[in-house]
Amino acid sequence: MSVVDIKQVSKRYGQTLALNNVSMTIAQGEFFSLLGPSGGGKTSLLRSIAGFVEPDEGSIEIDGKPMLNVPINQRDLGMMFQNYALFPHMSIADNIGFGLSVRHRSKAEINQRIKELLSLVHLEGYGERRPRELSGGQQQRVALARALAPRPRVLLLDEPLGALDKKLRDEMQIELKKIQREVGVTTILVTHDQQEALTLSDRVAIINGGKVEQLGSPREVYERPHSQFVASFLGNANFFTGVVCGQADGMTQIRLPAGQVIHSSHGAGRSIGSRVTAAVRPEKLHAAGSNGPGQPCNRLSGRIAHEIYAGNSITYWVEIGAQQVSLTAQNNTAPALSMGAEAHLEWAPADTIVLD
Amino acid sequence: MKALRAVFAPGYVGLVLLFLYTPIIVMMIMAFNQSELYQLPFVFDLKWFRALAHNDDLLEAAANSIIIAIVNTLLSVTLGTLTALALSRHHFRGKAWFELLLLPSLTMPWLITGTAMMLFFFWTGIGRGLHAILLGHVALSIPYVVFIVRSRLKAFNRSLEEAAQILGASAWQTFWRVTAPLLAPGIVAAALFAFALSFDQFVISYFLAPIGISTLPVEIYSAIRKGFTPEINAISTLIILFSMGLMIVFARLSKFAGEP
Repeated sequence: MSVVDIKQVSKRYGQTLALNNVSMTIAQGEFFSLLGPSGGGKTSLLRSIAGFVEPDEGSIEIDGKPMLNVPINQRDLGMMFQNYALFPHMSIADNIGFGLSVRHRSKAEINQRIKELLSLVHLEGYGERRPRELSGGQQQRVALARALAPRPRVLLLDEPLGALDKKLRDEMQIELKKIQREVGVTTILVTHDQQEALTLSDRVAIINGGKVEQLGSPREVYERPHSQFVASFLGNANFFTGVVCGQADGMTQIRLPAGQVIHSSHGAGRSIGSRVTAAVRPEKLHAAGSNGPGQPCNRLSGRIAHEIYAGNSITYWVEIGAQQVSLTAQNNTAPALSMGAEAHLEWAPADTIVLD
Repeated sequence: MKALRAVFAPGYVGLVLLFLYTPIIVMMIMAFNQSELYQLPFVFDLKWFRALAHNDDLLEAAANSIIIAIVNTLLSVTLGTLTALALSRHHFRGKAWFELLLLPSLTMPWLITGTAMMLFFFWTGIGRGLHAILLGHVALSIPYVVFIVRSRLKAFNRSLEEAAQILGASAWQTFWRVTAPLLAPGIVAAALFAFALSFDQFVISYFLAPIGISTLPVEIYSAIRKGFTPEINAISTLIILFSMGLMIVFARLSKFAGEP
């Protein structure tokens, strides 16, 4: 059952089209991410759902009710802001209870709920403190507790982890996902961090230039990107542009400008002679001689030009003709490749993604 | 070098304070001296304060000053705060000009403002009197209030109001429970400033006061012209203690105002 239904929403700021005919539906209990570069429109969309931005066209429905003329305070939403936006003049308990207090709930009910939420976010005993006495990560949890206290229909998260350092961010991601599962609240996250979107979401919409570039589960959008933008925004990718030169048994052959032929098990329906771009993830490439899975049938040879050591993995840049191709290997075997040496790259046809 | 600085810095600041306060402290001491002509040795006596209690002109002027200062504070803080809110929350035609035109009113010599007001009030039939003095003070105070409240508003994080709204607060609840408490230090600071500005105001009051009606600074000025008595020292001592108290409160609030 869909909870949030966004239909053909457009928003223009002067000359810029921040949202261009955006449609999507978000299901009950789903963790949904809006991922994209800054200025791409994802924040405008979230703020349209919240009511801070009024779309020029289209409609937004929550539980089947049109929202566009509903005041912000009656939309029954929770929101976590980038800078937490905790009320500095109130205690942590009063911050968490604010949403219930403005609804004139009884003192007993409010105190009960504050206690529940403090324990949900592991901040028991912090109720009487002020926001500025808490660390960034703790303020983060308070912001989450405050948003959840009135039991909102939808939880909106506006880059909530952006201000934390990496280690704390990773911890908070796990925590956030756990709490979201526990509470079961439908959640929409805005982020420009692809790793965050992949880790947390049930589904991701990649938004760029005011449009939805692609929408699907993290696995779908990462493994089967439709466009060069999605392939390079989510992780890294090598691109090969060439001409289709054969189609047989579900395999497509692509001839590269220098004459090599690569194979893909995707791309059926591309006519022979048409120009296509294919993407291959660096971690799907293997150096011949190392333990690659199965029997790869793609093979390109070149010379190793750079090496980037990242601790858990090593990325090699291999010069193949005029092109540099990157290969990422887990740092779990003796280094088989050395700078300047000849390398033979292999990968499976299933990992050659033919882009639209 | 470090030791030198440790001696020099407080010594220097001490000299500046001495320069500022010596005449004032001498005046305050002489308010308690028996002699009318600053004669030494010092003989402690409260006779000038007793005389003050029977000086009806000075007391009436003081009452006028206090009433005008209070009403001025209420009016200018209300109007100025609303102006500051309008300037920082809304976009409208001519806003840039409006903001620009607020500045010169702070640097305009009071003598000129006072003269202009006197002539204008005479010409339009508003005339002179306490009402005219009040109008003048309100006009003078508003730009200061706008600047003080605005600087507080600039540091105000709008997402706090958004957070309140999305948590279910109505516009009214958002204002009273989030906006107002966070702006309060700025508004109180502006109120103290507006009060002091009006209470100390001489030039504009002088031009707008008709014969027989005066405010405290105007009355002190005319008393000095008639002939100096240490009663002036006595009332000045009271005013100084009062306004220093106000300024200390102001300073404490400004410090508190540092964290929006």
